[in-house]
Amino acid sequence: MAAQLRQLRQQIKSVKSTAKITRAQEMIATSRIVKAQQAVTASKPYADQITQALTALVSHHVGIDHPLLQEQPTDRRSAVLVITSDRGFCGAYNANVIRESEALMRRLRDAGREPIPYVIGNKGITWYRFRGREVAETWHGFSDRPDFANAERIGQRLTEDFLKTDAEGGVGEIHVVYTEFVSMLTQAVQVKRLLPLEIEEAESGKVPPAYEFEPSASAALDLLLPNYVESRIFHMLLQSAASFQASVRRAMKSATDNANELLGVYTRQMNQARQAAITQEISEIVGGADALAESGGE
Amino acid sequence: MANLRVGLVSPEREIWSGEAKMVVAQTVEGSLGILPGHAPVLGVLLDGSVVKIEPANGGEPFLAMVGSGFFSVAADEVSVLAEQAELGKDIDVQDARRALEDALAAENDDATPERRARARLRAAGIEA
Repeated sequence: MAAQLRQLRQQIKSVKSTAKITRAQEMIATSRIVKAQQAVTASKPYADQITQALTALVSHHVGIDHPLLQEQPTDRRSAVLVITSDRGFCGAYNANVIRESEALMRRLRDAGREPIPYVIGNKGITWYRFRGREVAETWHGFSDRPDFANAERIGQRLTEDFLKTDAEGGVGEIHVVYTEFVSMLTQAVQVKRLLPLEIEEAESGKVPPAYEFEPSASAALDLLLPNYVESRIFHMLLQSAASFQASVRRAMKSATDNANELLGVYTRQMNQARQAAITQEISEIVGGADALAESGGE
Repeated sequence: MANLRVGLVSPEREIWSGEAKMVVAQTVEGSLGILPGHAPVLGVLLDGSVVKIEPANGGEPFLAMVGSGFFSVAADEVSVLAEQAELGKDIDVQDARRALEDALAAENDDATPERRARARLRAAGIEA
């Protein structure tokens, strides 16, 4: 009996300290979501402006030509950029991204293409390394707070590979798998094709102004397109970072809730055990006293 | 006279926005002054140059350093988009000096770091 009591007491102690840790993690994640969301908002003006400028540029030069806009029908290799996190403790966040990218690679293989993974984040990197799969490039160390320099590095590598042919180790198209931050409660894994860029003729009433170009339209396009690609990647990194923090918060919240529930169960069990021990002790004493009284009475 | 609505943005945040009387930016081909009523222009910025903005509220004109990027002017709206952008008053002069020394010591063909460092010093109000 006493042994069971001691054991329960120990278990309660350990669950309590775990709950403290997960509660702290939950609060840290909550404050970081706000920061991550602010970063998303702060990056919006640049993304909007660059899209606007590109739209104006493209709509004024019908038949515009740039390698980044061209389909490459001869290339059979497709890059898949998988954006995972560096840390765990985030529920199914990374599992969802990896499941989706596996599905995408299967689809690509069915279409007769060869998928080439490019991986961001330690969790994704270890997943691929453990299975001995080859990856073209990995990046890590910034999944919590990506800055633009990271997006620039990734963008440069990807466009470089895109411009190469298959034989040189290049790719014909680039897909990205990332997690979109819809709200605090909903994050959705998204699959987007990054390159070649698709030009959509948007029917809007506003005619973009007739720009002059300094020094020339093609120079402007040369600068704008890579910048646009980098800003898209930056956007995806920021969205993923915000989603990651939201997943951490949710995972840690349910861990804390579970720990508290467990504490209730253990506390009741302990009380029961203590009560049973006391009852037994009393009945032993009473029984002993009765026995003594009987033997003394004779 | 109408004013220009100016936005100076980097990918990470909006550096400055507001109304201005005049904006001077440097393209690869030379300086370009923009006044209200300017024709629509989309220009490539000189990597490592200084943009001058004269606010409409009568404040002192100020400088900002810009790295690789471009600017667009349309209907009195000026947006300057640069991968690196810093307001003159936010620049750490010591740090910029060090960057310039490093760039000079590096001795490679790429003149961009040197130009950026010089632009930072210029934007901070120090001739270099």
